[in-house]
Amino acid sequence: MRVRAQIGKVLNLDKCIGCHTCSVTCKNVWTSRDGVEYAWFNNVETKPGTGYPTDWENQKRWNGGWVRSASGKLQPKQGAKWRILANIFANPAMPEIDDYYEPFDFDYDHLKSAPDMTAFPTARPRSKITGERMEKIEKGPNWEEILGGEFAKRSQDYNFENVQKQIYGEYENTFMMYLPRLCEHCLNPTCSASCPSGAIYKREEDGIVLIDQEKCRGWRMCISGCPYKKVYYNWDTGKSEKCTFCYPRIESGQPTVCSETCVGRIRYLGVILYDADKIQAAASAERETDLYGAQLDVFLDPNDPEVIAAARRDGVPEDWIEAAKVSPVWKMAMDWKVAFPLHPEYRTLPMVWYIPPLSPIQNAAQAGQIAMSDQMPDVRSLRIPVKYLANMLTAGDEEPIVHALERMSAMRLYMRALSVDGVRDEGIAARVGMSGRMIEDMYKIMAIADYEDRFAIPTAHREQNETGADIRGGCGFTDGNGCSSGSSGKTTLFGGKKKTFALPQETF
Amino acid sequence: MHDFLFGTYPYIALSVLLIGSIARYDRDPFTWKTSSSQLLRRRQLIVGSVLFHVGVLVIFFGHLIGLLTPIAVFDALGISHGAKQLLAVIAGGVAGVMALIGGGMLFHRRWTDPRIRATSSFADIAILALLLAQLVLGIGTIFVSLQHLDGHEMTKFMTWAQMIFTFQAGAADQIADAALVFKLHLFLGLTIFLIFPFTRLAHVLSGFFAPVRYLFLRPGYQLVRSRRQRSLADRRGAYDAKQGRRGPASTAAE
Repeated sequence: MRVRAQIGKVLNLDKCIGCHTCSVTCKNVWTSRDGVEYAWFNNVETKPGTGYPTDWENQKRWNGGWVRSASGKLQPKQGAKWRILANIFANPAMPEIDDYYEPFDFDYDHLKSAPDMTAFPTARPRSKITGERMEKIEKGPNWEEILGGEFAKRSQDYNFENVQKQIYGEYENTFMMYLPRLCEHCLNPTCSASCPSGAIYKREEDGIVLIDQEKCRGWRMCISGCPYKKVYYNWDTGKSEKCTFCYPRIESGQPTVCSETCVGRIRYLGVILYDADKIQAAASAERETDLYGAQLDVFLDPNDPEVIAAARRDGVPEDWIEAAKVSPVWKMAMDWKVAFPLHPEYRTLPMVWYIPPLSPIQNAAQAGQIAMSDQMPDVRSLRIPVKYLANMLTAGDEEPIVHALERMSAMRLYMRALSVDGVRDEGIAARVGMSGRMIEDMYKIMAIADYEDRFAIPTAHREQNETGADIRGGCGFTDGNGCSSGSSGKTTLFGGKKKTFALPQETF
Repeated sequence: MHDFLFGTYPYIALSVLLIGSIARYDRDPFTWKTSSSQLLRRRQLIVGSVLFHVGVLVIFFGHLIGLLTPIAVFDALGISHGAKQLLAVIAGGVAGVMALIGGGMLFHRRWTDPRIRATSSFADIAILALLLAQLVLGIGTIFVSLQHLDGHEMTKFMTWAQMIFTFQAGAADQIADAALVFKLHLFLGLTIFLIFPFTRLAHVLSGFFAPVRYLFLRPGYQLVRSRRQRSLADRRGAYDAKQGRRGPASTAAE
């Protein structure tokens, strides 16, 4: 057992209102720069839809994620190392910027500087790349907002696999949900595996996956490697960039910007202890539907004395172990089993999980009655087909999704009985394999969702990581050589002594 | 002038190449990159870039081996100078035409595509133009070479290159009577070395080293970085030593 800790994340899709506050605050903080105008480290897409970049879930086209060979060996879907290197001159599986959208701005100045005209002046779009006029905007980061566009296009959605999708194009049967997406900070990331330069790495201390901007050479293999298409090529700097999980905030115990500003309070952050020795076996599970369960096995119970001892032995700080015990992520993923990884079939073991949304009951008004099973609404008759959710979250296995939706509707029934009738109906809880206490805890965390319940983030232990004397006079976060004094006097190359920094060690 | 261009200038160019590259790598690694424009326009890049790179690499290694292998080695292997020259002309010619076609496509794309043009620096366009000019000159030398197939001319360039790399005086004299096109080709080649560290060409070095690290030095696929000052083995050792003193019961009780 090799115990490591990661700040995991859960998004409760049942409560996402699609306001895009997460995307906008993220963009303001991280990608409001030249070269990444088109990049949204966090975006919210309307499902069913083809998403951003268009058709990102189609791995036949983009070759993202991993494949398991017949002998059980894993390799990136875009090929083994030599195959990746062979594509280094031109990457055939890399999206073009038009697959995202051509970034644009509007001629706002024209509104006030236009001469006296008979027609009202307008602000027309202009490309942010070429600076030229764009006659028509063909695509944007959220082009299918609230079911925009015709069903024929939207229904190209990969999650419709094995679903009779025609009827969902009818007005009466249509359904929708929001899917906020960010980097999954996977346990088995394909982006880092695909990087010939070794610039992408996972941090041992908190599991955040980052790109070393000084080591990235712009080979672009990470972009096709990531099945979630969450690594972006900055066309201005020529380096790849991705969601940083707001690591400067996380290190100081604050939630990521997207989580902090989430209006619907759908985002949860907490420590997950995992066994690094089990990652490879879990990612190589034979059947795709086994991958969700295999990933659960990688997680370690923070209340198990053996795990605690092993965690201490491997140097997981004490407050991290304590935080793992109260982690909302652990509760949702492991105790209640209501959260699921996004597309586990990519074999990346993602660490940003999702609670599937409940939805109105299909045709209830029309039929005049609600399909009930055992006094509870049958979650299989909900408007969003279970198969659709299963394709998204459990590689098509419907059972875990049904189980989670039942628990969520049981929570509503139980709390209704409690607050309207003043009755603690243990029967409702027992039917979904829970106790009243568990349901009340679930209600507190998932429905009330107080700030302190959503975020249990221990601070980073800088005393373990760096020597204070080394960083004295440092200059914080900059791009490239921004800290340079312009004098070479203090570097090895032109004489003098270089500061001895404790450089990060690479563990494989 | 001839002595300066082919006796002194090579040392200036190679020194700048070496020291400039080290300085840039050390001082400003953020700028060390391929500057790929594939994201902005895929059209013409896939075919153009592959043709160009494969062609240029064949030419590069051809020159490296052809110029720097001592003539005695070829003699020992029983390869006549004429045969070696013929090989160089054919292999170099084919690779040169590949690179020229690919480079031409890339240049056309860079010059005419509004997105690529708008995001190109002067250096991006200039270096590609220089490389194309060098390819044209290089292919041009083939027509001169075909005038004398005995390989005599070629051995002069080998001697020149080897004398430069072994710091022998009088290297320039070896090629004093070479045709003008050869001299232009040599001069432009040295100039490309000179400006190498100041352009995107620097990525070539990474192109040589990255595959070695990726294939042979990285076990498996994944990369995890630890900032902790003590390694896992150290931390475990320290914990076990502490447990040994206190006895393992203390953990069970907690």
